[in-house]
Amino acid sequence: MSLLIRNGFVYDPINDVKGEIMDIAVKDGKIVEKVNERTAKMIDCSGMVVMPGGIDIHTHIAGSEVNAGRLLRPEDHYKDVEIKTLTTRSGVGHSIPSTFTTGYRYTRMGYTMICNPSMPPLEARHTHEELEDTPIVDKATFPLLGDWWFALEYLREGMIKECAAHTAWMLSATKGYAIKIVNPGGAEAWGFGRNVKDLDDPVPNFGVTPREIIRGLCKVNRILNLPHTIHVHTNRLGQPGNYLTTIETMRSVEDLSNGCDPVIHITHCQFSAFKGDDWATLRSGAEEIAKYVNRHSHVTLDMGQIVFTNTTTMTADGPWQYTLYELTGNKWVNHDVETETTAGIVPFVYRRKSYVHATMWSIGLELALLVEDPWKIYLTTDHPNGAPFTTYPRIISWLMSRKARERILKRINKRARKRSLLPSIDREYSLYEVAIATRAGQAKALGLTDKGHLGVGADADIAVYGFNPRQTDASRDYRVVRKAFEKAAYTIKSGEIVAKNGVITKKTEGRTFWVDLGISSCAEAASCPEILQDMKKRFRDYWTVELENYFIPEAFLKSSMPIQVKSEV
Amino acid sequence: MRPKYVFRLPVYADSICPDVFADKSLKEISELKLWEGNKQRTIGELFDVQETPFDPDEDAVIRLVGDLQKVRTVGCNMSFGKLLIEGDIGMRLGEGMKGGEIIVKGNVDSWVGCMMEDGKIEIHGSAGDYVAAPYRGSTEGMKNGVIVIHGDAGNEVGCYMRNGMISIEGNVGEFVGIHMRDGTILVRGNCGGRTGAGMLDGKIIICGRVSSVLPTFTIDSVKSSVKADGEKIKGPFYRFTGDIADQGKGKLYISKPLNPHLSFYEKYLQHESFRG
Repeated sequence: MSLLIRNGFVYDPINDVKGEIMDIAVKDGKIVEKVNERTAKMIDCSGMVVMPGGIDIHTHIAGSEVNAGRLLRPEDHYKDVEIKTLTTRSGVGHSIPSTFTTGYRYTRMGYTMICNPSMPPLEARHTHEELEDTPIVDKATFPLLGDWWFALEYLREGMIKECAAHTAWMLSATKGYAIKIVNPGGAEAWGFGRNVKDLDDPVPNFGVTPREIIRGLCKVNRILNLPHTIHVHTNRLGQPGNYLTTIETMRSVEDLSNGCDPVIHITHCQFSAFKGDDWATLRSGAEEIAKYVNRHSHVTLDMGQIVFTNTTTMTADGPWQYTLYELTGNKWVNHDVETETTAGIVPFVYRRKSYVHATMWSIGLELALLVEDPWKIYLTTDHPNGAPFTTYPRIISWLMSRKARERILKRINKRARKRSLLPSIDREYSLYEVAIATRAGQAKALGLTDKGHLGVGADADIAVYGFNPRQTDASRDYRVVRKAFEKAAYTIKSGEIVAKNGVITKKTEGRTFWVDLGISSCAEAASCPEILQDMKKRFRDYWTVELENYFIPEAFLKSSMPIQVKSEV
Repeated sequence: MRPKYVFRLPVYADSICPDVFADKSLKEISELKLWEGNKQRTIGELFDVQETPFDPDEDAVIRLVGDLQKVRTVGCNMSFGKLLIEGDIGMRLGEGMKGGEIIVKGNVDSWVGCMMEDGKIEIHGSAGDYVAAPYRGSTEGMKNGVIVIHGDAGNEVGCYMRNGMISIEGNVGEFVGIHMRDGTILVRGNCGGRTGAGMLDGKIIICGRVSSVLPTFTIDSVKSSVKADGEKIKGPFYRFTGDIADQGKGKLYISKPLNPHLSFYEKYLQHESFRG
């Protein structure tokens, strides 16, 4: 089937198209030079914005952790119900929607690819099964390797090459896309009721420091030539004064960069940008982090913006979730995933009148506005930790309009308002910059060559938003922009119209992206039989799963999308 | 209103509510939608609806008569007016109610007045479990208002209650006032165990017998009487505070004459060092 999207204002940052009126031709799920105008279906987009489909680099949408969150929060489902239609299935959930609802809601906002950033390797099968049930959008998932026993041991011995070979096997075994590191060493220490204090505090029983883990895995990432950089949730996340740890984390891999390409992605940076000694003296460390990021090219960030709402926090950072439970007294889940990692879930309400929450709200926006290059910071809420992903249009309106920010500023905690840097920031994102922060930049960071742009040969994932950028002043009419981003006029996925004016018109299956490093069976786990025997023994001793059953074959994925990678191992 | 037949399937009748009926003709009311099982129906299909002339000075009354045990969520989110129910009615009566009055001349099922914000519910029969409790998993219990039950009530009365008054003339089950934040619960009859578990604040008064008091409550004093919603209730009462496991400062009053098995607590009162 071919489509011709006519007369829209096209924003395609990767191809440097800034709101020019253009036609986009689509054939067989790809963007092509031209189509037969007589047979192609015309979509008149005059007076509308045409962008590549949205990409979310960090959103917890599937896996055992998310599912435990669903079980924990019946009251979250009760408030938000999605009714069955002829094309869509029913579903529930405000902050942790069911899989189908997640797919539909992203599609309605014009998003076409989402990344699930924390998958305990043991739960990979479960995660992939849930990703398969998330319709329409494409998916990728990152296994947690920052506390993986084998990696810790290899890195302690400085065996980077062996670690890389093992990581290649791990990524293939779990059908992952990138290396995710959560509180490196801290999650392992939490198994013994402890945490690591900073980058140079050795992990109990392993003697390797978080700095060595980050540097080691960063080198591994380069050896394997993975499309994405390491995806790091920093140590000391959520603790006042942690902005220094964050800067130190970025600095620790500075020398591993070739000078232009990023080597580290600091995720939900807002939670890692706290200054001060305790909650009462909490300040924003956004300025310092932005200053560092502006001067260096080896880092990318995502916001982790919070929105004042009732949501659910969930991370693999067990010790931090325990702290959150102690702060709130709310019901909670804390889980030790055998030898691999931890997880915690605590329902949370962000309140405007709370000094800490209001400061956090300000920090996220400060980061996005103070980092000068939009290619370095992307829009996320760390769904559902900062807020559900359905709040993205609201955050876009805050980025695009000073007036919209001021409206909220007036209503937040007085002391937080006084200390906020926002009143001194005049910057407002242009639509072009929004396109970078919500799709192009994320595609680039993820190394997706066929996504995030509308050039010939790209996947035909297109979002059309129903407002005229030449007549709408986003700074003043931010509500119009917000409404438009909430319900895309058209969402086109792989060349098919899947949503129109916020209504799902077609049910399709998304693909699961994973890196194909040429390892297709369990036996390729190690370079020599001795190591394989050793791994088998370890699995028998410490895991509930045998090594042979650990490996997920490609046939397990219903719609598999391997990305061929040429590694150096 | 009177059901046309005995319902076998649950009927979700959010539309039977003064706020929805207001300014509607009889015909419009008959056409309002509700669910019977998984089928959507109209009020006219399930109920005989009749209009009776009324005095314009008085509040309009919706009168429901008959066997309504399967009818749920009646008076959901109502904010004014009066519902008069003659017969037994199903779950979640007056859910999220914000004002007005509901009178039941019969029994009600569980979750009556759940998440209620204001108004009054009076039940002449008995009530099921979870009186005034929030939705499963939520901590937003009853915010205000009054619930009076002339009969008995089930377990977990006033779960996560934040304010308001629940008065029960009969007996109640276990876990009265569990996780209570504030407000008053008055039980004139007997009560199952584990009273006030996890309560942070508020007042629970038990005029009847209690099998035991949770070990996380400490005796505070013996009071000759206690006030509940302006009414003075004669004791004497043992006064406990708790739940200490949750650093709570709730007050639990338990009748002294009817609970001689609790008299051993009195010895702790004599020792200064034991006093909470």
